[in-house]
Amino acid sequence: MQPAFSVIFLTTLIGMGQGLFLAIYTEQVYSVLEVVQKSSTDTFYGIASAVSLLLLILGLIASIFHLGHPERAWRSAAMWRTSWLSREVIVLPTVMGLVFLYGLVHFMGWNLTVMTIGAVVIDLSFIIGALATLAVFSLFIATGMIYACLKFLQEWHSPLTVINYILLGSASGFTMATLLAAYKQPELISFFAGWSIVLLLFAFIFRAASLIRNKRLRPKSTVQTAIGIRHNQIKQKSMGFMGGSVNTRDFFHGKTRFFMRSIKTIFIIMVFIIPLIMLIITLFKPSVTVMGIAMISMYIGLIAERWYFFAEGNHPQNIYYQTIA
Amino acid sequence: MSQLALVIDLNVCVGCHACVTNCKEWNTSGSAGALSDDHPYGKDPSGTFFNRVQTYEVGVFPKTETVHFPKSCLHCEDPPCVPVCPTGASYKRAEDGIVLVDYDKCIGCRYCSWACPYGAREIDEHQKVMKKCTLCVDRIYDETLAEEERKPACVLACPTSARLFGDVHDPDSEVSVAIREQGGYQLMPEWGTKPSNHYLPRRKNHVSYHKDELERADNPLKKEDYQVDSSEPSLDDVTSW
Repeated sequence: MQPAFSVIFLTTLIGMGQGLFLAIYTEQVYSVLEVVQKSSTDTFYGIASAVSLLLLILGLIASIFHLGHPERAWRSAAMWRTSWLSREVIVLPTVMGLVFLYGLVHFMGWNLTVMTIGAVVIDLSFIIGALATLAVFSLFIATGMIYACLKFLQEWHSPLTVINYILLGSASGFTMATLLAAYKQPELISFFAGWSIVLLLFAFIFRAASLIRNKRLRPKSTVQTAIGIRHNQIKQKSMGFMGGSVNTRDFFHGKTRFFMRSIKTIFIIMVFIIPLIMLIITLFKPSVTVMGIAMISMYIGLIAERWYFFAEGNHPQNIYYQTIA
Repeated sequence: MSQLALVIDLNVCVGCHACVTNCKEWNTSGSAGALSDDHPYGKDPSGTFFNRVQTYEVGVFPKTETVHFPKSCLHCEDPPCVPVCPTGASYKRAEDGIVLVDYDKCIGCRYCSWACPYGAREIDEHQKVMKKCTLCVDRIYDETLAEEERKPACVLACPTSARLFGDVHDPDSEVSVAIREQGGYQLMPEWGTKPSNHYLPRRKNHVSYHKDELERADNPLKKEDYQVDSSEPSLDDVTSW
């Protein structure tokens, strides 16, 4: 496929925004259950929620550039029964609304106690956070399924697509939380950095699994099934036109094998290796600069990763567009 | 329930592109507005077409065959492009099975074109909506036209009658009979889209003779052990029957 930068920015930005929310809520759950010592302040939760919301909004803005008629975008909530894209369109504003509420409740200090179970105090933000977590996971699934549900795009048609959206989004969000902690709440660095390392390792395992899977795929469609003629030697002599069309522009990245391999190497280094080293350094010697480098490297790497993900999708319609007579 | 569709005979198609030009002409003149057509005579022409004729070479020289292959939307019975549409702009008509796009609802997200394995959908770069073959829905029901003209433009244009149009759910229709009797098949059956358009394969007429049919086994001359000697004049040469 021809990767669209609007979609690359949409998926990477909202993924990070969702991950950042999950990071702060995980920390809240841990401190409420007293697994870790409560050290975060409402201000930190408020700031982190604001950053998460900002990332979600930036993603939404990026997605508008993908549409031919953004003024009709409201219509896209209609087909939620069948379309994962429609479901994403509904869940994304829901996540944004809940993250906004979550941040607002913390920032304004409206922590009304809803109930107490033993020594555990469940307050309003805890409940909103639980709902937001549900929405965040729904959004991850919807975003991943948009691609995973297309069965003839064999590279995407796998549970690994959804898993990778969840893991890469979470890893980048937790890394962002580590950066925010380094900047504002140093006591939380080890908590977020530790989780970031764990998520990053899982993300690496599953992303590698998907790379290996895709390398071994054999296309189900061939020129024989495409035109229905049984012969081992079939060559297209003309695609029917000499100029370009949507079919020749939208479905192939047009880059060399070497370029593809380079992008793969770049994203493995920038998403996984550099941030991993920086996170380990941060565990021992916290520094905003080190985490800043980790975050920048990871985000640029994620753009490359998403570009590669889209470009790797081999659309069967390309079989019909091989030769200009 | 009927399912209108095209049946394209690859045995007959000569690759003249008349269906392509007539399709473009009819559909660029419709009420939905012109189809894009940028620099048609320039260096880098680009535009929206609903139908294309492609050419394939089957076999290795000298045993090759040239196959001209027209391709447009196949109006699948289970169209993968319809359920993915977030707005419902892409739909399949219940009454005749034509897959259409409501240009007023389409947001131009291109998701349906990703979901079509055949590359049958093309976004109009000027109107920014997805377009595709409508099976000339604005022609086939037009009662102001003579009845024989209520067919898709491509079908009317074809000089060799390689394109048949009709209801593939009616077992007695011209198209159903052609599919059944002449080996009609679907494209990319592996994805379960059940295309309504069918293709008729290349067919060759072979007559097979048994040796017996060329040389009579019960020839009475053989019974008499009469040896035909071709060097001598035969009865045919000396008598006039």
